[in-house]
Amino acid sequence: MAVDFGQFFINSLPDLLSGLGYTLLLTFISISAGFLLGIFLALGRVYGNKVINGFCVGYIELIRGTPLLVQLFIIYFGLPTIGINFSPIQAALLGLSLNSGAYQAEYLRGSIQSVESGQMSAARSLGMNKLQAIRHVVLPQALRISIPAWSNEFIYLLQYSSIAYIISVAELTAEGKFIAAYTFRYLEVFAMIAVIYLVLTIVSTEIIDRIAKRLRIPGIGAATRGSLRDL
Amino acid sequence: MTMLEVKDVYKSYGGVAILKGVSFMMNKDETKVIIGPSGTGKSTLLRCINQLSPPDKGQVWLNGEEITNPQSNINKMREKIGFVFQDFNLFNHLTALRNDSIGREKEKKIEKEAAYKRAMDELTRVGLEAQSGQYPAQLSGGQKQRVGIARALAMDPDLILFDEPTSALDPELIGDVLDVMKSLCGKVAMLVVTHEMGFARNVADEIIFMEGGIIVEQGPPKEMFTNAKMARTREFLGRIGALYGDEEGR
Repeated sequence: MAVDFGQFFINSLPDLLSGLGYTLLLTFISISAGFLLGIFLALGRVYGNKVINGFCVGYIELIRGTPLLVQLFIIYFGLPTIGINFSPIQAALLGLSLNSGAYQAEYLRGSIQSVESGQMSAARSLGMNKLQAIRHVVLPQALRISIPAWSNEFIYLLQYSSIAYIISVAELTAEGKFIAAYTFRYLEVFAMIAVIYLVLTIVSTEIIDRIAKRLRIPGIGAATRGSLRDL
Repeated sequence: MTMLEVKDVYKSYGGVAILKGVSFMMNKDETKVIIGPSGTGKSTLLRCINQLSPPDKGQVWLNGEEITNPQSNINKMREKIGFVFQDFNLFNHLTALRNDSIGREKEKKIEKEAAYKRAMDELTRVGLEAQSGQYPAQLSGGQKQRVGIARALAMDPDLILFDEPTSALDPELIGDVLDVMKSLCGKVAMLVVTHEMGFARNVADEIIFMEGGIIVEQGPPKEMFTNAKMARTREFLGRIGALYGDEEGR
């Protein structure tokens, strides 16, 4: 069995790569759309009036209080009964984006609130309106603070996008399942898939780390790898 | 000509009255110093003037326009009122230069180059041209506060409000900041909340003594220091003088 693993790997590669493509598509679109949604929800929670704040809290609690799988089922299997139809990939993108948005909103809210209120006062005292102050002073700092949490969300999405196979999106895990069901080589197939997820995770963590380092504000001790060990 | 007029301003926080009817006026390019025990509403008064904390009652007028009128464009009017904070509040993510240029870049919509040039001029004025590329966390407290003053100056204000600008500084760094403030005397109106009695005595056109949310007494420094009418003023000045020193030349 081990002898022809190389050949098996090569044979599986096209299907795995196609699945990988869907996984990356799901991850990148959902993290981006979720990020935009998260920013608006977080700003609504911190700066919105009672109505806006209430809406944002309601949305975030609804999403965080229900399983992702249930949300995907509602979108893919439930909505068609009231005449709203999505293709599997559309349903998955929508579900993951809406879900990630709620989680990102909470990370971002924490970061926005950790920017000292004096920063807002100073911006307003220069004559900036609230929106300008948020855009030019609060968000640039809050987003930097949220990078570690965001990195976590990225990895989470990368791996949880595999749940989309249940609504028959042919992403990486789904492709693995097809190959395994066809060849009965479960261990090898899922070992390969595990390695692919692992490599993706390590590479993306490294990239996000580098971005964080580049964006670090000089003089402020955002701990870099090893700096705490030196203390 | 009266530039700033504060008329019967009241402010309370959570049911506690902080300001209980404060009125005073300032002329163009005048320097006034507000002194008084802590918790007496001095900082609140400054924040009421530029509407960072709008007063509950009363009016504030600047150059014949009512700032407290909800119809007035507060953002436009704040450009004319600089604010220097006790704890600096420099924008952490921007260099000293951009801290001082961003108000103009975003507010006055003038070109970036012109905003940078103006910011550089102001940094030079406060003696920090060499630090223009540094971030707040890389500057000393005294340097931070001078960047803060330059940030206010870069907006071409008619009035600068100083909220205990030297209280967060190590003693040896206070002098540089006070020197910069002195150099502005007569060039822009300054309303300064401070415990620096030397500055009050030597630089102010008038000293305002506040206690318990009202102005107890106000007058020229000489009169206040040697011949205050109210016993409370004499007592406070005596005590604060012993604490902070009011030696000449500081």
